[in-house]
Amino acid sequence: MRQTFLKNREKRPLQKQGHKSVTMYSGMYGGRRHGRRAGSVKTRLIVFGLLAAFLLLGSVFSAQLAPYDPDLQNLEIARAAPSAAHLLGTDRFGRDMLSRVIAGSRASIFSTLLLVAVITVIGTLIGVFCGWNGKRADAVLMRISDIFLAFPGLVFAMAVAGVLGGGLHNAIVALAAISWPKYARIARSQTLAQRESAYLKAAKLAGSSTTKIIFKHLLPNIIGPILVTSMLDIGTMMMELAGLSFLGLGAKPPTAEWGSMMSDARSLMTTAPWVAFSPGAAIFLSVMVFNLLGDTIRDYADPRSRDF
Amino acid sequence: MRKYIIQRLLQLIPVLIGITFLSFAMMRVAGSDAVTEMYGDKGAVSQEIIDARRAELGLDRPFLIQYAAWLGGMVRGDMGTSYVSGLDVAGTFAAKLPATLLLTALSILATVLISIPLGILAAVCRGGVVDYILRFISFIGNSLPNFFVALLLMHLLSIRLKLLPVLSDGISLRSALMPTMTLAIAMSSKYMRQVRAAVLEELQKDYVTGAKARGVRGRVTLWNSVIRSSMLTIITLLALSIGNLLGGTAIIESIFMWDGVGKMAVDAITMRDYPLIQAYVVWMAVIYVMVNLVTDLLYHLLDPRIRLGVIRE
Repeated sequence: MRQTFLKNREKRPLQKQGHKSVTMYSGMYGGRRHGRRAGSVKTRLIVFGLLAAFLLLGSVFSAQLAPYDPDLQNLEIARAAPSAAHLLGTDRFGRDMLSRVIAGSRASIFSTLLLVAVITVIGTLIGVFCGWNGKRADAVLMRISDIFLAFPGLVFAMAVAGVLGGGLHNAIVALAAISWPKYARIARSQTLAQRESAYLKAAKLAGSSTTKIIFKHLLPNIIGPILVTSMLDIGTMMMELAGLSFLGLGAKPPTAEWGSMMSDARSLMTTAPWVAFSPGAAIFLSVMVFNLLGDTIRDYADPRSRDF
Repeated sequence: MRKYIIQRLLQLIPVLIGITFLSFAMMRVAGSDAVTEMYGDKGAVSQEIIDARRAELGLDRPFLIQYAAWLGGMVRGDMGTSYVSGLDVAGTFAAKLPATLLLTALSILATVLISIPLGILAAVCRGGVVDYILRFISFIGNSLPNFFVALLLMHLLSIRLKLLPVLSDGISLRSALMPTMTLAIAMSSKYMRQVRAAVLEELQKDYVTGAKARGVRGRVTLWNSVIRSSMLTIITLLALSIGNLLGGTAIIESIFMWDGVGKMAVDAITMRDYPLIQAYVVWMAVIYVMVNLVTDLLYHLLDPRIRLGVIRE
């Protein structure tokens, strides 16, 4: 019985023995490359870190980098196609698009980083407070964060930004209001995991004050996963902030901001599409750089997550 | 099982009260209300008219009484009347909801059809050329804001190739095509990564190695065991992404002039039409919470280990 089975198996032509599928299913059992080598993660970290630093520097020195005044109107050259003098063309008021895209980096990149910094700090403080103290405050704050997490965030952010009356500051407030619970959750669980550990007890026995224990001993030990999360969030936050501006709930004209510039260019889609495309490309490239950096930092911090 | 459902439904009550309270408080705390917004620009309106209009809309009563009255109405299905159009909010909302649900359903369908096969393919070909290409595409898709995708599609399909109308001309499949594509591109690229990760995780379990050692073909293990088990995670993740979709539809609906609740909400926000905004926020939250509940129940039904109480969460 067993032998006939083997015989039949051998008799079958090669193609039918799953010959083709060797390449297709080979990746199933580990594949050719088991994640990347640590060296290449370091290289990626340097490359993407530098790119992100360039973007940041560019947004800081945007005023110096812009070839023209981003708000200077010149109706004679309105809606001009890209040319040598105006590399990205001009918008409906004849403003130079390249200058406006460069100037917009300040509103877009800076506000995003500010937003991420704010939610990281607030979320972490709330999370550490809850995890450290426990009791009633913990229960109340965690129920509140439950409510926020059980909620389509962008819907709420739109409503908050709209009610506050638009403007970049209000858009940041709206997005911060919906985004802190995620950080509070991570910080809380990290704090709970560390609270009873020996080094914190030792610090307490040595007479350190609670503030000192939290800021000097606990925070450095739990901040890693929180920072990785915030790095991974930069890209999403940038898109959401630009989305609010696109809806007219963020930066308002004439402020150069990528989302509102695109929204402004919607009516020019048939006659001057470049006015919409250049800020769009700017958002895309910045989000991509920050996403690449975030992924790399995660891989660097947690080698187990590599290749997932 | 029934006990579990009841327990979950009871847990929903504080969440829903929280959501309604937050959305109501938000509107009232904000400095300007519909009346100031309505007369604000004209300048010449006397204080008496403003006060009279406020009283008529009930905006002069104490905060908690307004909330109680509003919540009571909400429960009975009376969501008030729009400040701007004077129409019944529930009616307006109900008239626009089908368009949004259609768009959401089409986008989810497209996402499932695109990302589940591609995600499985990427996991199976892990480390190979196909995997790299798919991951590259999904990375690009993840970094593209959906309103940019919308404008690009509009430019390409309507203006350049003249295949589709620029803006939707009513609720038809033809005009649903571009908004669906936009939403599906963003969702699929995120979801494909998650499907790939879920399948890869399953592939690393011991039974896969065991099956290989016993000479079971890769194809058989993959289709009979791996994909069946990872479907659980895949379904859960899909349901969770519906929340993002609900927020995302607002932008896309207003770009393509798709006459759904998202566009209605954006218009209402610019007009500060509180009853409409509140109805939108509350109903989106209710839909979201319900979807999550159904996902959880489905999870319990599909996973025999949880259903039979072998594993407790």
